[in-house]
Amino acid sequence: MDGKFAVGLITANHFGVLNRVAGLYSKRGYNIDSLAVGETDNPAYSRMTIVSTGDDYMREQVVRQLKKLHDVKSVMLLEEGAAVGVEHLLIKLRAQGQGKALLSALINAFGGKTMDFGEDFVTADVTGSPQRIDAFIAEGKRFGILEVCRSGLIAMATGGRAALAAPTDSEENEEKGA
Amino acid sequence: MQLSGAQILIRELAGHGVTTVFGYPGGAVLDIYDRLQEEGCPLRHVLTAHEQGAAHAADGYARASGGVGVVIATSGPGATNLVTGIATAYLDSVPLIAITGNVAAQLLGRDSFQEVDIIGVTQPIVKHSFLVKDVCHLAKTLCEAFAIATTGRRGPVLVDLPKSVQTAVCDYQPPDDAPPAKRQAPDIDVSAAVAAIRQSRRPFLYCGGGVLAAGAEAEAMALSRRLSAPIGLSMMGLTSVPHSFPLNLGMCGMHGRYAATRAQSEADLIIAAGVRFSERATGNTSEYTGGRTVLHIDIDTAEIGKNIRPQIGLCGDVKDILAALLPAVPEMCNREWVERALAGKQADEAQARPGFTPRAIIRAVAEALGPDALVATDVGQHQMWTMQHYPFERQRSLLTSGGLGTMGFGLGAAIGGCIQRGGRRTVLFTSDGSFGMNLTELATAVSQRLPIAVVLLNNGSLGMVRQWQTLFYGGRYSQTTLHRQTDFPALARAFGAEGARARTLSELHAALAELPEDGPCVIDCPIDMDEQVLPMIPPGGSIKNIMMK
Repeated sequence: MDGKFAVGLITANHFGVLNRVAGLYSKRGYNIDSLAVGETDNPAYSRMTIVSTGDDYMREQVVRQLKKLHDVKSVMLLEEGAAVGVEHLLIKLRAQGQGKALLSALINAFGGKTMDFGEDFVTADVTGSPQRIDAFIAEGKRFGILEVCRSGLIAMATGGRAALAAPTDSEENEEKGA
Repeated sequence: MQLSGAQILIRELAGHGVTTVFGYPGGAVLDIYDRLQEEGCPLRHVLTAHEQGAAHAADGYARASGGVGVVIATSGPGATNLVTGIATAYLDSVPLIAITGNVAAQLLGRDSFQEVDIIGVTQPIVKHSFLVKDVCHLAKTLCEAFAIATTGRRGPVLVDLPKSVQTAVCDYQPPDDAPPAKRQAPDIDVSAAVAAIRQSRRPFLYCGGGVLAAGAEAEAMALSRRLSAPIGLSMMGLTSVPHSFPLNLGMCGMHGRYAATRAQSEADLIIAAGVRFSERATGNTSEYTGGRTVLHIDIDTAEIGKNIRPQIGLCGDVKDILAALLPAVPEMCNREWVERALAGKQADEAQARPGFTPRAIIRAVAEALGPDALVATDVGQHQMWTMQHYPFERQRSLLTSGGLGTMGFGLGAAIGGCIQRGGRRTVLFTSDGSFGMNLTELATAVSQRLPIAVVLLNNGSLGMVRQWQTLFYGGRYSQTTLHRQTDFPALARAFGAEGARARTLSELHAALAELPEDGPCVIDCPIDMDEQVLPMIPPGGSIKNIMMK
């Protein structure tokens, strides 16, 4: 059955890596719903969280094919219940007079922050689960949305173990020496 | 030691055991070519007529040797002309190193003359690729390229070298090349596989290109003997077991041998070693797997469960896994099963017809050239007839494009293979359609004085497409009748090769008896336009739908 699924991966941090990773999805005609990428604590590596939609077969293929890429160091499926995930939203909304107070209350209710404002607009920052972000956007429509910018999901496995960590410098050297 | 990028490239190639490279010069690789002509250069460079031919030659060289093939091309069109060759190698897991020149690093991305983003263009068809921007990283990058191309499931690696990196100089230290990881007995639990084998009454061993890649031919035959398991082969696995091996039933699949296909469909256990279950090999997958156990052994985890969902999957080196299985399984013999499997061969033999048929031509060539000849093919009907009727005895004696099905592959591959075998007798089976695509490489075969016999099955049409039009498109022959007037023997002579025409088996025998030892010869063999490749299982079908005539 088709469903959304998130994959976390540690990759080398250099040009072209994103292309290769995205290519595995596009080759199969699958859309990437969201992709978030950033440097890890070790600048030689990046971490990505990719959300896509597909059935069990596609999940398995994506993970196995990703593992084969030379630039990909580790991969894991971040399954609901075994992972925590959040998404970041920047949203610019129309707001004037009375509306500003209402909007301010809405932002507070979602634990968000006002990042910028002017005579007739407010830019808010909201963090939460994708569903929570969806809910905020739905509410925001009442005010009038000027711009939306979502970070895409970032996710991490639950529990105390380093499930998906970049190799440290000493581990890297070990790998090379082996 | 201060060396330029071009010098480092040549040193590193030689350091990785490369003796021969195929290629074509151009503006963005002038520095490399300037070093290649230097006295004492450890590399032999084979100049082809077209970069595509060079890529296929390097591929053929790799397939014949089991080692790496290297091709060099200039930037832009030189690089894009490699694309089909790289894709061919990718689909058949051939370790190919493609070195492309590019414009100077500071000109990248400016649409400079003959600039193309070849890394981007080839991204889905390489195992990996590198754009080297700093000469100091070149030696290490090349070591990585060789390691990637040759380990695990093999494949092509492209290294893009801007001209500025070729000319730049750095202090060269030969990288301390870690010796390749020693192969260890696999830490794999074979107990489920052993249990399935013990239960089996009708085991069948299906060998693919992975058996050749792993060098597991002896283990495969030993397992077949131990279990009395008939062997079927995928096209890429065709030379892994000699034709004369008693339990070898030949190729499976759409145009496989009846015996192999029937046995596979009646087996209660398929031990699939180093295959990827292409849809052309399996046909209908539920019929294929229905009522039997599939044990899939492959080095690539992503292949296990990709096309066929096996009950048991073992991921690792095929040689290691077969070696681990061998002592753990009992000697078995179901005489009835073996006899029935072997009896299937009669149906294949019954297909022989008198006359100048593709089968008779291929068998006559095999007989004349003997088991040591190297065989290359193009793609289409002649290729399938070769798979069916050529009695391959030696491992790696066949160079053919399996996964990509590249028409125009054969002549380049024959050149590369022939050079790899030190100028051994080579035969290319081709057709007027396929040969027409890259026949300019005859010039290369002439200049390199290669004893390549080009046996051209000339049916005046694009025969395989015509066959499908006959069977599935109501005989509407859209654009497959060639109406060409090419005189192939005369064409061969224009290239400085020899040419002959054979309309009968005795004319063919005469032409084969006079093959030159120091150059190519094209033997034009006119055949009937409506010859078909049979048996045939229609796409998505099974043994139930097999067409024998």
